[in-house]
Amino acid sequence: MFTVKNLVEELKLEIVAGERGMINLITDVYIGDLLSWVMAKVDDGNIWITIQTHENIVAVAVLKDLSCVIISENAMIDNDTITRANVEEIPLLRSSLNSYQLALRIGELLK
Amino acid sequence: MKRVGTIQIKYMIAKNDFSKAGAAASNIKKTLRKLGISTDVIKRVAVAAYETEMNVIIHSHGGIMYLNIDVEKVTIIAEDKGPGIEDIEMAMKEGYSTATSQIRELGFGAGMGLPNIKRCADNFEIKSSLENSTIIKMSFNLK
Repeated sequence: MFTVKNLVEELKLEIVAGERGMINLITDVYIGDLLSWVMAKVDDGNIWITIQTHENIVAVAVLKDLSCVIISENAMIDNDTITRANVEEIPLLRSSLNSYQLALRIGELLK
Repeated sequence: MKRVGTIQIKYMIAKNDFSKAGAAASNIKKTLRKLGISTDVIKRVAVAAYETEMNVIIHSHGGIMYLNIDVEKVTIIAEDKGPGIEDIEMAMKEGYSTATSQIRELGFGAGMGLPNIKRCADNFEIKSSLENSTIIKMSFNLK
């Protein structure tokens, strides 16, 4: 069992919002920046890595039961997105690493 | 037509209202969960409802989504205030989109909306022409 809390600790991610969802269990990881594409492909419990920071990413995460969203490369996050992630209890995390580097690190952790 | 045990909910969708985007789809998902509908159906309805809602927000002057649930199926009908779709055949193709570059920068306009809906639903119908509104009807079998 690997939780979002474990992930945050291992990768030293910044918790931007949605701390109440830190107990969510992680199944796998998905990278994508086109929302409809992600809607079609991502699975329950996945970590979603993206550079999109518009508030609609939270809607996608809720509808697809994702464990958390990681914003890569320290992209700026809209205040509305932060508010919505807190309301929906979706962990919104951030890292200076790029999406590829994050996925590599997560791949090692999920082995 | 059987009316007994039918649930009907109406959602108003405003043009370009991204602050509420996904709210109708989220409510639909929660409603289905409360009713104990199977996870497989809920997952498919959630994707289709989201794409439908986003289409109305991005491409139309606003519209209404209706959720109907009876013992046999979940039905979602969306009717917008136009403008309609010029070429439905093209709109149904994956990767084809008429979204503006501004919309695309937000991660929308992948050209996956209508194909996603069709893939998720057990039945899917679309009626549209440039002069008229667009009506989409989709259903998901419960039996």
